[in-house]
Amino acid sequence: MKARSTTTTAVLKINDEDHAVAFPVHHTLLEVLREECGLTGTKHGCELGECGACAVLVDGEPVLSCLMLAAEAGDRNIETIEGLQRNNDLHPLQTAFADLGATQCGYCIPGILMLAKALLEREPDPSEGQIREALSGNLCRCTGYNRIVLAVQWAAAMARGDDWRPPPEAFHSTSLPQASA
Amino acid sequence: MLRLPPIDYRSPQRLEEVIATLASENVRLVAGGTDLWPNMKRRHQLADTVVSLMSVPGLRGIEHGKDGVKIGALTSLADIVRDDKMRALWPAFTRAVASISSPPLRSMATIGGNLCVDTRCTYYNQTEEWRRSIDYCLKEKGTICWVATKSPRCWAHSASDSAPILCALDAQVKLIGPDGERVIPVSALFRDDGIDYLCKKSDEILTELLIPAGSDQDHCRSAFWKLRRRGSIDFAVLSVAAAVWTDTKNTVTRATVYLGAVGSSPVSIDVESLLVGQPLNEDLIKQVAQRAQKAATPMDNTDFAAAWRGKMANNYTHAALNEIAGLPVRCAPPKHGLTVV
Amino acid sequence: MPKSDSKPAVKASKDNPELRLIGTPFRRVDGRTKVTGQLQFADDLSFPRMVYVKLVRSTVPHANIKNIDCSEARKMPGVVDIMLGEELPVPYGILPVSRDEHALAINKVRFVGDPVAAVAALTEDQAHEAALAVKVKYEVLPTIDSIQTALKTPEPRIHEYGDEGNLHKKVSLEFGAVDEGFEQADVVLEDTVFFQGNTHLPIEQHAAVAVAEDEDRVTLYSSTQTPHYVHRALARVLQIPASRIRVIACSVGGGFGGKTDPFNHEIIVTKLALKLGRPVKATLTREEVFYCHRGRHPVLMNLRTGFRKDGSMTAQHLRTALDGGGYGSYGVASTFYTGALQTTTYTLPAYRFEAVRAFTNKPPCGPKRGHGTPQPRFAYEIHLDKAAEKLRIDPAELRLRNLLPANSVTANWLEVGSTGLRQCIEAVVAGSGWKERYGKLPEGRGLGLACGAYMCGAGLPIYWNHMPQSGVQLKLDRSGGVAIFCGQAEVGQGSDSVLAAIVAEILGISLADVRLCVADTDLTPVDLGSYSSRVTLMMGQAAMQAAERARELIAKAVGAQLEIPENYLVFADNRVFYSGDPDKGLSFSEAVIAAEARFGTLGTTGSYTPPRAPGRYRGAGVGPSPTYSFTAAILEVEVDPQTGLYNVDHVWLAHDIGRAINPVLVLGQIEGSVYMGLGEAIMEEQEFRRLPKRLSPSLVHKMPSLLEYKSPGFHDMPEITSYLVETDDERGPFGAKEVGQGPLLPIMPALANAVYDAVGVRVDQVPIRPDLVLKGLQAKAKGKEARVGPANFPEIDFGDPVLVHTPEQGGDGRAVDDPKAKRRTGVGSSTGTMKERDQALKEKDSAALTTN
Repeated sequence: MKARSTTTTAVLKINDEDHAVAFPVHHTLLEVLREECGLTGTKHGCELGECGACAVLVDGEPVLSCLMLAAEAGDRNIETIEGLQRNNDLHPLQTAFADLGATQCGYCIPGILMLAKALLEREPDPSEGQIREALSGNLCRCTGYNRIVLAVQWAAAMARGDDWRPPPEAFHSTSLPQASA
Repeated sequence: MLRLPPIDYRSPQRLEEVIATLASENVRLVAGGTDLWPNMKRRHQLADTVVSLMSVPGLRGIEHGKDGVKIGALTSLADIVRDDKMRALWPAFTRAVASISSPPLRSMATIGGNLCVDTRCTYYNQTEEWRRSIDYCLKEKGTICWVATKSPRCWAHSASDSAPILCALDAQVKLIGPDGERVIPVSALFRDDGIDYLCKKSDEILTELLIPAGSDQDHCRSAFWKLRRRGSIDFAVLSVAAAVWTDTKNTVTRATVYLGAVGSSPVSIDVESLLVGQPLNEDLIKQVAQRAQKAATPMDNTDFAAAWRGKMANNYTHAALNEIAGLPVRCAPPKHGLTVV
Repeated sequence: MPKSDSKPAVKASKDNPELRLIGTPFRRVDGRTKVTGQLQFADDLSFPRMVYVKLVRSTVPHANIKNIDCSEARKMPGVVDIMLGEELPVPYGILPVSRDEHALAINKVRFVGDPVAAVAALTEDQAHEAALAVKVKYEVLPTIDSIQTALKTPEPRIHEYGDEGNLHKKVSLEFGAVDEGFEQADVVLEDTVFFQGNTHLPIEQHAAVAVAEDEDRVTLYSSTQTPHYVHRALARVLQIPASRIRVIACSVGGGFGGKTDPFNHEIIVTKLALKLGRPVKATLTREEVFYCHRGRHPVLMNLRTGFRKDGSMTAQHLRTALDGGGYGSYGVASTFYTGALQTTTYTLPAYRFEAVRAFTNKPPCGPKRGHGTPQPRFAYEIHLDKAAEKLRIDPAELRLRNLLPANSVTANWLEVGSTGLRQCIEAVVAGSGWKERYGKLPEGRGLGLACGAYMCGAGLPIYWNHMPQSGVQLKLDRSGGVAIFCGQAEVGQGSDSVLAAIVAEILGISLADVRLCVADTDLTPVDLGSYSSRVTLMMGQAAMQAAERARELIAKAVGAQLEIPENYLVFADNRVFYSGDPDKGLSFSEAVIAAEARFGTLGTTGSYTPPRAPGRYRGAGVGPSPTYSFTAAILEVEVDPQTGLYNVDHVWLAHDIGRAINPVLVLGQIEGSVYMGLGEAIMEEQEFRRLPKRLSPSLVHKMPSLLEYKSPGFHDMPEITSYLVETDDERGPFGAKEVGQGPLLPIMPALANAVYDAVGVRVDQVPIRPDLVLKGLQAKAKGKEARVGPANFPEIDFGDPVLVHTPEQGGDGRAVDDPKAKRRTGVGSSTGTMKERDQALKEKDSAALTTN
């Protein structure tokens, strides 16, 4: 096996900003984003394409950054979690996730938000089944997923200018049945 | 973080250059990278040089013609799933591709890569450190197949979901090598050996796939059923791909059934001798399902109890053929991959 | 002076119906940083000159180390240092009774994955390459692969301590007249049950970065739930004063109990930072996280209970055998927990509990969400389902008949205060249509009910001391901002939000005006950490005290300045004003200025120490809690009788939360618990491969990956209906109880019970794999017993039981052979309720005062 690897350089276009970086050619986009560009919002949970935590968008398509060489990302349009907000305004997905408690520890959330963004761009009014399928490559151990699905529906409504909100029982206890004697 | 070992990486724009590079020592070919990179990170596949096919133009896209549909080897699984015409013509193929791994992986992975995906085994798909602790295995560096310790062969199982359905649909692949190109049936691409599982030469490149037309005229109905623990991410622990051609009188003229993940290659079930010349009925389906159970060789090298997976080959074959025959389907598969996004 | 029609202001408290924040859904305080990628987890940190550590781990399950050859590795590019066990000779362990770990193995390895060397290099690539080049020679010892093997193989011992051979801990406790109880029973039921081990699987892999400061000062940033315990372990192992070590717990990317031990890599990076004088980082791979483990113990159980015809219970005997893995971890506590909380849901007059924890050559087990209680709870709740059938009583009715009354002292001397279990059962029964549907659904479809109870913080700390378990400091100044300092660690459960909300509520300010400084051992007062569901209650009480003290100071100053009696001042809407005339008042910052002028620099503290529990026998330390949460759940399942495959369609769950501080976060904890419970019930298994003995000693984790260790995904979740039952507990802050762990408990037994209702098959083990369901169906079809589960419980000598009289018997909480015990003449009353006992104690105290 080779002891030393080749170093390469690239200008990566990330969230519409150019990053000129030098990195070993065997380094993945995940490693270069986090370690060369300082964009640590993209997380990792397995580095084998099994959990979705490292998902980013490349030319609008969701991609597992742990399975893509940074060298392959040179002239492409990369979007990461850091680019989701516009100036200081949250994207509707971010607002919905924060307000609905769809994020608990928050570690898997950047990847999920990027998948959700790609979904909403393709399908502004997704069904529950479409949301579950679009996000099904992303594992979360905190939330139990249902609240995330609801948050995506809420965000989709916000983005469409629809005033639909999640039902009251998403925020409060379901009404207790009248206690029997 | 688990990282790749150092490599030289090349991404030439000419196919000839890729083929020429493959002639050197310790070179591996990569396309979408979803199989090779994890294998290299775990170091059960190693290379000094990795040569990518991704910069070679003309190897991606779906072309519907009168001979059938041609799919470039670099076409992403996501693009196949989203092709409306494909879904209309070969719903079982779309269903199989839509069930592969997860959405972000499908937007990276290529159909050529999925056909050639390495065989899998829970004694093999492990890190270098883990494999040291079992003193490796027959498939890589070791001398024993831990799945069947007295066996002289490797029992790693076929892991492609597209392979069984493409076999069942009589699809063909084009291979280009230093000596030119050849077209072979997908079913001839595989060999029943966990190590040497492809009949493709190491410097041959799978460039194109053809699903022959005529299927709809001949009333071909197909089905794909996949068993796995979860509704996404997981490889199949059993898949059943079936295609049945009938004439205008509903008599079967041709039929194919292939099982995935219960052998080192897609397992062909002899169904023609049972079905051809007869209309598909509950009794015949039962007999096919029993043949499937017999032909399956599930081993304890993936998820779920092996014996139960063997039994499921019966149930799932039954379900797939019932679906084709329009009979009620009773199995409750895990909810998965049926929603297209 | 106050107007005649004005009333004294009501303080923000649990009695106040006009709470502004508490009980209202609000965005968690870390919500924004968690959706923007701004929040930094431990692995997101990097420092100039930082080097990376990779651990070389054992490739054999049980062996003496003969030689470690680092010569080749040392020569490799970028290698800065290679450290071996001799450099860290002091052992550690979370429990003082089992300090059996070394940061790097010395002489011996105990499982595949046990660290033997640490390689530091300039890049992680280089560290990994060099780690692969370290050669270790082992002298292989016999592999102890299970409880059964450990019982049969006392030698060689995995550890040189423990109760005997390879048995780490043996417990034998007897409360009340158990044999008599069984004699009085009309029906005695016995079940043998197995609960497979599983792991936390946080998506964030553990990471730690240490930064050397002065020559003998160091800061460790780590993904830990328990910075205080890591701090103590570092001081012990590194043998430098704790005052020179600073531990900062970064936001944790999922814990569930898996980040509550001090870990090898934390100690190693801290040692290396001090040795090399530069920052050192270790980030574990997914496989290494499986080796850290500390997850759910595999437990084999035998449960025997006597019932009267009316469904009441006369006695219970529970035996548990735990597969502990290679180290102690929390194991002694886990062992007691497999029996301690068995008495908290239903009235049990007499109870015998015997347990054993074995050492095996696997990654160590420890505390996972529910710590030791999900296993016996599973056994108990399926056992009750069978009893209900035998006694011809509806399973919900059987539970309601046996409910432990509020304010009880249990047979094993736990004080159970408020309980909402009745309301919980009634809620899920009504919500699911249980009465109309249970037992009446078409073949293949079924409903299952189960309940549970959990602690709101362990009554005792991990190490014996008289200090508070939680401390909070407030700093207020003329800016109007309030800084809150507390050692608690946010692990995703929302503890930061609970802390901020309690202080903001009491001081009448908005969440935006409080700033948190948490989990930093240099800056924050000690809180023991995020485990045992202790934070809301304990930190909450400390925060209330600190905030009330601050409010008192401000009220004094404002009252004096505005000439209004302090108790007529309202703190709300970022103002402090007169209750009779809201226009008369000051802004909060003006109010703080008044107080700062009057009292000088402002700061207050609050602390919380749990009340002492009444049990005085050996082992009584495990189980007591200030109060308990209760849960009931019903699952609906559809089973395919041809394959054994099934889907859970709906979960109705009701939880006694005391009071919901933020209902959105409470619901999130419930849904997460249901999810994790379903994972355990349906698919999750920490499984090992034992290679054929004639060919190899190897015992390896079967599938240390996110792909092959199956955790449910987006497609695998049912609909969940959650009911919050608010019992307003007098010991909880604003009445609140825990919600992080309790709601998981009923899920596994409810599934087993639902499968039985659906197809008449009893699966007495988890996970309930489809092949097991099918096996049961095939047995049933052949007219055999439709049960799948362990055949028998091994013969184990648990030793002589510690006999303790129950409150009912008039015991005093001590063991009967304890010389201090007052046999049947103690302070216990015949009913044994908490209030009556308190009364008796008061009378005894006053008697003591007058006679002395």
